[in-house]
Amino acid sequence: MSFAKINDDILRTLRPPGRLYYVGLLVTITAFLIGVLAFLYQARTGLGVAGYEHPILWGIYITNFVFWVGIAHSGTLISAGLFLFRARWRTAVARAAEAMTVFAVATAGLFPIIHIGRPWFFYWLIPYPNERQLWVNFRSPLVWDLFAISTYLTVSVMFLYLGLMPDMAAARDKVGDWRRHVYRVLALGWLGTDRQWRHYIALYGFFAALATPLVVSVHSIVSWDFAMSILPGWHSTIFAPYFVAGAIFSGIAMVITLLLPMRRIFKLEGYITVHHFENLAKLMLTTSLIVGYAYLTEFFVAWYSGNPFEQGTFYDRMFGQYWVYSWTMFTCNVLLPLLLFSKAIRTNLKALFVISIFVNVGMWLERYVIIVSSLSHDFDPANWAGVYQPTWVEAAITIGAFGLFFTLFLLFIKNFPAVSITEMKETMDRSAEADPASAWPEPV
Amino acid sequence: MAKTVEILGIYDRGKTAAACARVILEEDLGKVVAFSPVPDHALDQALHVAVSPVRLFVLIGGLLGCAFGFAFQIYTVLDWPMITGGKPLISIPAFVVIAFELTILFAAIGGMASFLFLAGLPRLTGRAAPDARFTNDMTGLSVTCAPEQAAAVRACLERAGADEIRG
Repeated sequence: MSFAKINDDILRTLRPPGRLYYVGLLVTITAFLIGVLAFLYQARTGLGVAGYEHPILWGIYITNFVFWVGIAHSGTLISAGLFLFRARWRTAVARAAEAMTVFAVATAGLFPIIHIGRPWFFYWLIPYPNERQLWVNFRSPLVWDLFAISTYLTVSVMFLYLGLMPDMAAARDKVGDWRRHVYRVLALGWLGTDRQWRHYIALYGFFAALATPLVVSVHSIVSWDFAMSILPGWHSTIFAPYFVAGAIFSGIAMVITLLLPMRRIFKLEGYITVHHFENLAKLMLTTSLIVGYAYLTEFFVAWYSGNPFEQGTFYDRMFGQYWVYSWTMFTCNVLLPLLLFSKAIRTNLKALFVISIFVNVGMWLERYVIIVSSLSHDFDPANWAGVYQPTWVEAAITIGAFGLFFTLFLLFIKNFPAVSITEMKETMDRSAEADPASAWPEPV
Repeated sequence: MAKTVEILGIYDRGKTAAACARVILEEDLGKVVAFSPVPDHALDQALHVAVSPVRLFVLIGGLLGCAFGFAFQIYTVLDWPMITGGKPLISIPAFVVIAFELTILFAAIGGMASFLFLAGLPRLTGRAAPDARFTNDMTGLSVTCAPEQAAAVRACLERAGADEIRG
């Protein structure tokens, strides 16, 4: 394995794709357009077309919001958190995970706008001097959210771009067609001089050090959207760590779901190996155990509190009208991942892919259960009869969000190096220096 | 300004290039600019003594973000005093969240801006790298020196095992 081979192998992914890629793109774009049409219909007709019914005034849109913010988290954890811990295996998966972060946050950011009655006034959330002479309420977690999500998006984009800069220079110097002009502009004139690398390395370290606490804060703030209210099922001090662990859990599942087909399509088996997937599976198992512990703690605290409303909510969650969702969630997020204790399953990529899909489903349902079942069982028994039924509009917009996310991801991996060329070379350099016998393995 | 020549040595690996760069600087033969496809610590140590000042701008950005975060929130509640949630107007614990986010945001922006400035980017016009292989698999040393030093520089580049010497 040489630098030149890494360069060629990874830049090969930028060549014109096969039929499978275009079929995938067609499906995702169609899904996205379905969502756009449903949203236009909702914007024209009014929020009544969503299935909200008192007291359940947060539904699938907020579920999607929390879900997508959660998906974003593992990207930052892998690219920044593991960088700080010097876990070198992250190199192969970091780029895809970082890109996923950016697209997931962008998708998540749409949902609060879709959820409000007059989406064209969403900018009222932004504090700016205005003719109403009003300021937003800075004590509200919803405003915290605005700052958290926009900071997260900005920092993730800069982090992704910083890592891409030397790679786009490599593409500029290698790709022969018209796209080299695009890479030339995007690489901002990167030359790879000692001066540039010196500042680059310094900044990369700082970005990692800034992004790691940021990622913890963002999902903590999302959890406070719920925990700051007094609703049973929401008002809990464990929500922040519980949500952060859940976010990383779901995000890693999504990384596995995306990387397995990607490495197949681009024939990157030599770079993204079973070893990487096994490490991801271990992280997924760890976070699954934390999430499972949090579930059980919630139930214990509800029982131990002696508070009838708290107890009622949690009893209703498991045995009330939303019991199917709760039990499915528990199975997908706590029981199924236990299989990953077996090395044979961790290293079986098909099994891993199936488990990751179940975890995605389970984590989406977790947010649904927390939001809908808690709202439906508040302090007033007269409210308990209502059942929230998502409408076709909500379903279509959800599908559209998945379409948008996958479309952006597919476009990204075809037009930008899907694995970090620079870091791959660096890893090879280091492992060869440390122990020439254990240099980076040749692709199989 | 005295006349100078530019000599380019191309290496397979950065390590030997670093040794050569060190000698050129120690013997004051000329100015060295290194090109490499990956960050190279040996080269970095040979060519630079001081740490990158990016850290300073990250710190300044972070402090400004924190100060702005608190100041802005406090200004708005004083500009239109409205009690919500039974909390005092200036409720610092609730303001910590946004101040923290802005600390990170400003620190990141400060770091990015200083990086671009210090690295001389964006740089869309002007000379390209002397060889396209420097983003692929080769390391280069470009030495600018007085014509009378050129022979010594060439000898040094060659002694360190340059695959190719130009200029």
